[in-house]
Amino acid sequence: MSHQVKGLKEEARGRVKGQARSSSPPTGDRLGRRPASKRGPKAQGAPGRRGAQRSQKERAGDSPRPESPQRKQTERRRLGEELGKQEPSKAEGTRKGRRKRGERSSLKEQTAPSKKEKEIPRKEEKLKRQKKPRSSSLASSGSGGESLSEEELARILEQVEEKKKLIATMRSKPWPMAKKLTELREAQEFVEKYEGALGKGKGKRLYACKMLLAKKWVKFKRDFDNFKTQCIPWEMKIKDIESHFGSSVASYFIFLRWMYGVNLVLFGLIFGLVIIPEVLMGMPYGSIPRKTVPRAEEEKAMDFSVLWDFEGYIKYSALFYGYYNNQRTIGWLRYRLPMAYFMVGVSVFGYSLMIVIRSMASNTQGSTGEGESDSFTFSFKMFTSWDYLIGNSETADNKYASITTSFKESIVDEQESNKEENIHLTRFLRVLANFLIICCLCGSGYLIYFVVKRSQQFSKMQNVSWYERNEVEIVMSLLGMFCPPLFETIAALENYHPRTGLKWQLGRIFALFLGNLYTFLLALMDDVHLKLANEETIKNITHWTLFNYYNSSGWNESVPRPPLHPADVPRGSCWETAVGIEFMRLTVSDMLVTYITILLGDFLRACFVRFMNYCWCWDLEAGFPSYAEFDISGNVLGLIFNQGMIWMGSFYAPGLVGINVLRLLTSMYFQCWAVMSSNVPHERVFKASRSNNFYMGLLLLVLFLSLLPVAYTIMSLPPSFDCGPFSGKNRMYDVLQETIENDFPTFLGKIFAFLANPGLIIPAILLMFLAIYYLNSVSKSLSQANAQLRKKIQALHEVEKSHKSVKGKATARDSGDTLKSSSKNATQLQLTKEETSPPSASQSQAMDKKAQGPGTSNSARGTLLPVSGHLPISRPPGVRTDSGHPPSQTHLWRSASGKSAQRPPH
Amino acid sequence: MGGSGSRLSKELLAEYQDLTFLTKQEILLSMYVVSAPHLVDNEQQARSGNEHTGTPIAERANGSPLSARAHRRFCELLPQEQQSVEASLRAQVSFERILSLPELKANPFKERICRVFSTSPTRDRLSFEDFLDLLSVFSDTATPDIKSHYAFRIFDFDDDGTLNREDLSQLVNCLTGESEDTRLSASEMKQLIDNILEESDIDRDGTINLSEFQHVISRSPDFASSFKIVL
Repeated sequence: MSHQVKGLKEEARGRVKGQARSSSPPTGDRLGRRPASKRGPKAQGAPGRRGAQRSQKERAGDSPRPESPQRKQTERRRLGEELGKQEPSKAEGTRKGRRKRGERSSLKEQTAPSKKEKEIPRKEEKLKRQKKPRSSSLASSGSGGESLSEEELARILEQVEEKKKLIATMRSKPWPMAKKLTELREAQEFVEKYEGALGKGKGKRLYACKMLLAKKWVKFKRDFDNFKTQCIPWEMKIKDIESHFGSSVASYFIFLRWMYGVNLVLFGLIFGLVIIPEVLMGMPYGSIPRKTVPRAEEEKAMDFSVLWDFEGYIKYSALFYGYYNNQRTIGWLRYRLPMAYFMVGVSVFGYSLMIVIRSMASNTQGSTGEGESDSFTFSFKMFTSWDYLIGNSETADNKYASITTSFKESIVDEQESNKEENIHLTRFLRVLANFLIICCLCGSGYLIYFVVKRSQQFSKMQNVSWYERNEVEIVMSLLGMFCPPLFETIAALENYHPRTGLKWQLGRIFALFLGNLYTFLLALMDDVHLKLANEETIKNITHWTLFNYYNSSGWNESVPRPPLHPADVPRGSCWETAVGIEFMRLTVSDMLVTYITILLGDFLRACFVRFMNYCWCWDLEAGFPSYAEFDISGNVLGLIFNQGMIWMGSFYAPGLVGINVLRLLTSMYFQCWAVMSSNVPHERVFKASRSNNFYMGLLLLVLFLSLLPVAYTIMSLPPSFDCGPFSGKNRMYDVLQETIENDFPTFLGKIFAFLANPGLIIPAILLMFLAIYYLNSVSKSLSQANAQLRKKIQALHEVEKSHKSVKGKATARDSGDTLKSSSKNATQLQLTKEETSPPSASQSQAMDKKAQGPGTSNSARGTLLPVSGHLPISRPPGVRTDSGHPPSQTHLWRSASGKSAQRPPH
Repeated sequence: MGGSGSRLSKELLAEYQDLTFLTKQEILLSMYVVSAPHLVDNEQQARSGNEHTGTPIAERANGSPLSARAHRRFCELLPQEQQSVEASLRAQVSFERILSLPELKANPFKERICRVFSTSPTRDRLSFEDFLDLLSVFSDTATPDIKSHYAFRIFDFDDDGTLNREDLSQLVNCLTGESEDTRLSASEMKQLIDNILEESDIDRDGTINLSEFQHVISRSPDFASSFKIVL
């Protein structure tokens, strides 16, 4: 720390010196100058000797240099020269730069050391000074050229690396653009000049090539990024919503868009690898029984009402599991469709898991230590509560109101945190509310179970009505529609804080949806088992029919009988397709109910409120019905559960994902329109980010829960005997074994068998548990260390407080002066000039003292920057004397903050 | 450094992309916004030609002065065309026009934001590059560090490098809006500021400095997602 501070001081002085030099001859500066004077003889010698060859060398600058000992000298000289001319040419433009260069050649002999010192960009300057003593000692030992060049090459390499780092991090520096531009050009030019000089002999070309490639790569990456952002759809829509409703409502739409992307990938996977190969290469429709509508249904198979229920032709299409044949390979590609079907089913889940976990991880990366967020409640409210995306004055007014309320609330909380009023009543009400809600949940679960059971009865009966056919879906959708508001009403009893209330509400809706989904699944599973039990008899009937058909009398024996028409073959119920159809219907009805709810609940209500307000006895807009608010949590949960159904159903109905993509697409447009046309911003504006990972967590949970039934059916239910890619197998996963046995070499099969051995899997699971335990304990200890460090910092601050208050005040006064003087540099030029050399030295000292208090130093410099920042750039000292002071400030600031981070160890 | 018109803008674009967190489209869009006819005031634009030769870009952009009308049309039709590039680089837009942007209209800190990002001597105008800086800091991909740095400067109403009690009370007033009913009373204000200082002022000097501010902000899960302006 101390030597670093010293270094800063030294540097600051050096720079002040450099800038003042043109107006006044260099005077003694012990700290800054000593290394420079040490290297004086050597550096002076070099340009003097080569002064005559100057122009020639300059021309030869970019061409490859000859392989002689002189090469490196040339290089070195070129470096010096380059460093010399870099800054003026930047700041002054080419004309002045040329003039200056002329001057410089004459000045070179006398002022070479100091010139180098001041004109090299500051980062290098520091470095160079550290290096110089060593290289000068080398020079004095008389070896001159070679070893010294090696040294310098290394140095250049280091500088180039540093410049590159600077270029890469430039964008995150809080400088004004003009300054960033200058710095960037400077650094780029430097890198361009010198990276050619690096590498030796043959290596050089390679190096240049590498650099070129790297540059191209950067360019390509940037273009690709641009392209990527261009491809993101609905940017403008979401932005509109953001500005009207704040980031929380927009977060739903961003989530919807993300979901759309995920579904597109799943859609591509399923369509590309399953549906399209089947349609192109599989047996055509009508060739085998499973691909044909049975005779009994043929008449009505094209009716809309039948198609709407996903019966008829749709049922016997590639959209459903039953359509696929169990042929091992199809088409001239010998595409292994059953295998592909299985693998796609697995990879749908694999991909979804991966993407959800990845986005969760990237969400958590930003926030560190959620545990301590409690300690900053007021500060967070103060500093982070404004949503800068809000661009609508109405929303802004709401936001003002909600911020005020939250301020007042937290003040009141702070003042009387333990004020309790009739705790028994509250407790009683809460228990009552929970009781009611549990009753609701159980009731809805039972209702669904009852309805699914009844629908199985209906399915056995002939000509059932439309309502009876769709009872399950209707009941489920209605429950989803009416239960959440009911819960909200009940929750009013509980008298929770709104945020806690929201969490409870979310949890309850989640429980409702989950309960409904699982009851539905259980009832479905019952149905499946029933169908499986019937399967044997149907199998016998099928065999018997076929047998009878081929062996029946009354046919000419000489002509072989034409095979039985596939439509006439009796067939099983194919429970997989039935499950797929259920999910398909559920998805579609869910979508319709959502749209109708939006249309009725939001749009018509808004129309009513808007137009009936003219002739109504009370103010509809402000009073009872009012406009609807956008229900973020309900919509997000709906989306999540819909996705869960897609995940579950996509194995049995490959077309389901396609339907879902359509659904998401339409709901994006429809909901955007509905939100903008008929909703009002929330009374309380919640922040989005906090709940973002919460939603993702729910999604992960739902994904896991929807994985379970699918895995269960794959692992433990026998597939239907006459439909689907796995028909005829004992279990669906047998397709894996079959492929391994038939298509892979035997040793691979052995390896797989070995891997699947429980003796290997159980230890692997144990190992994972151990790893989790270990990582958990590591993170615990790290957070402990964190807490201790924080304590230490606090203690340190306490100690330094007294120190700093004295010096800090002095510095503040000092810098206050400078602010004034530099902002009015035209009028107070005299003052500034006076201050230039001696006071700024003292000031830098003051700054250095301040730098010892790590907390405060940054801020002081940070605010100095904008003041001096408006001066275009650091001018070369020789040209303009009047602005000598402000640049020195800028540099001081920059060197102090930038350097401390980038300083190489020495 | 010269070159043909199209190359110039390409290079500049590349540099701007290096220096900001914006993509090409965003830069072009922001250029369009700044140079859009209703935003540029032309007399200033003419003046700024001489006034701002200090910056390298302005120096290069000494093409023939376009008539206001032609410029207007150009900006309307071809925002990425060279003339408009140069003209809009020179142009400085006064605050009122920036403040009337829909993105900033409702923001209580709009004046502060403009002041912080302005580099003109009087700090009442924004050049195109200042505007780019602004958008870059408020973009989605900007680092939390630079966001919090600028947030600090925006909240530092008197530009003295620390957030003292006056800054904080001004900040509270900004956040609670202009209307009377949402204002906090004096005692509430005092209580609030006391609490904030209690939490954030680690070194107990009565003010919040940049590092204390960044310490607090870095703990906040919401900050980076809400400190954002999309054009």
